[in-house]
Amino acid sequence: MKLLYFAWVRQKVGRGEEILAPPANVRTVADLAHHLRLRGNGYAEAFSDMTRLRAAVNQRHATLDAAIGADDEIAFFPPVTGG
Amino acid sequence: MGTHIRVQAEDFEIADETAALAETGAGAIVTFTGRVRGQDGVSALVVEHYPGMTEREIARIAAEAEGRWPLLGITVIHRVGRLNAGEQIVLVAAAAAHRKSAFEACEFLMDYLKSEAPFWKQEERAGALVWVEAKPADDAALRRWR
Repeated sequence: MKLLYFAWVRQKVGRGEEILAPPANVRTVADLAHHLRLRGNGYAEAFSDMTRLRAAVNQRHATLDAAIGADDEIAFFPPVTGG
Repeated sequence: MGTHIRVQAEDFEIADETAALAETGAGAIVTFTGRVRGQDGVSALVVEHYPGMTEREIARIAAEAEGRWPLLGITVIHRVGRLNAGEQIVLVAAAAAHRKSAFEACEFLMDYLKSEAPFWKQEERAGALVWVEAKPADDAALRRWR
């Protein structure tokens, strides 16, 4: 799956995107966030408080319980501040 | 109905965008222009977005507006990159036969744009960049339309 990070999430994890083959027990956005948090360092910091994060699956806003698969594009970012 | 969506670094001319919408024969065109506030020591904003999703979200919001009001045209332009205080950052314009639809659609588009389109801003003060936090007031503005 393709992962994208924006704004301070990108700064904390130190990259804007990456390709990941997640373990089989990663079935939802929340599972993925937990998996990433266990990487430690910047990831642990970025994913420490999920109330501060929003996610998108295949370029649509998604909730933490949204199902994800190997071919999906998942993005993590703070609440948006455009306009 | 024509919807024009642009995400760009370049500035825009309100008069050109209004003239393009006037070609629809609309009796009413309402435009909103957002500018970088030169207050609280902010010298510039740096705006980033999620290419692909941004255009898609704005198109979804525009389609929603089109379903609610009898519109003749919608234009949304959002700038990205570094924008100095006083520069234009966003344009939302709605064209309709009559003013009420155009006013309401314009405000609806702007409320949704602020709360759902994937843009993020940093404020520059004395050379230091700080991420802007989302405001609860923006979510409150959105609930009004539900």
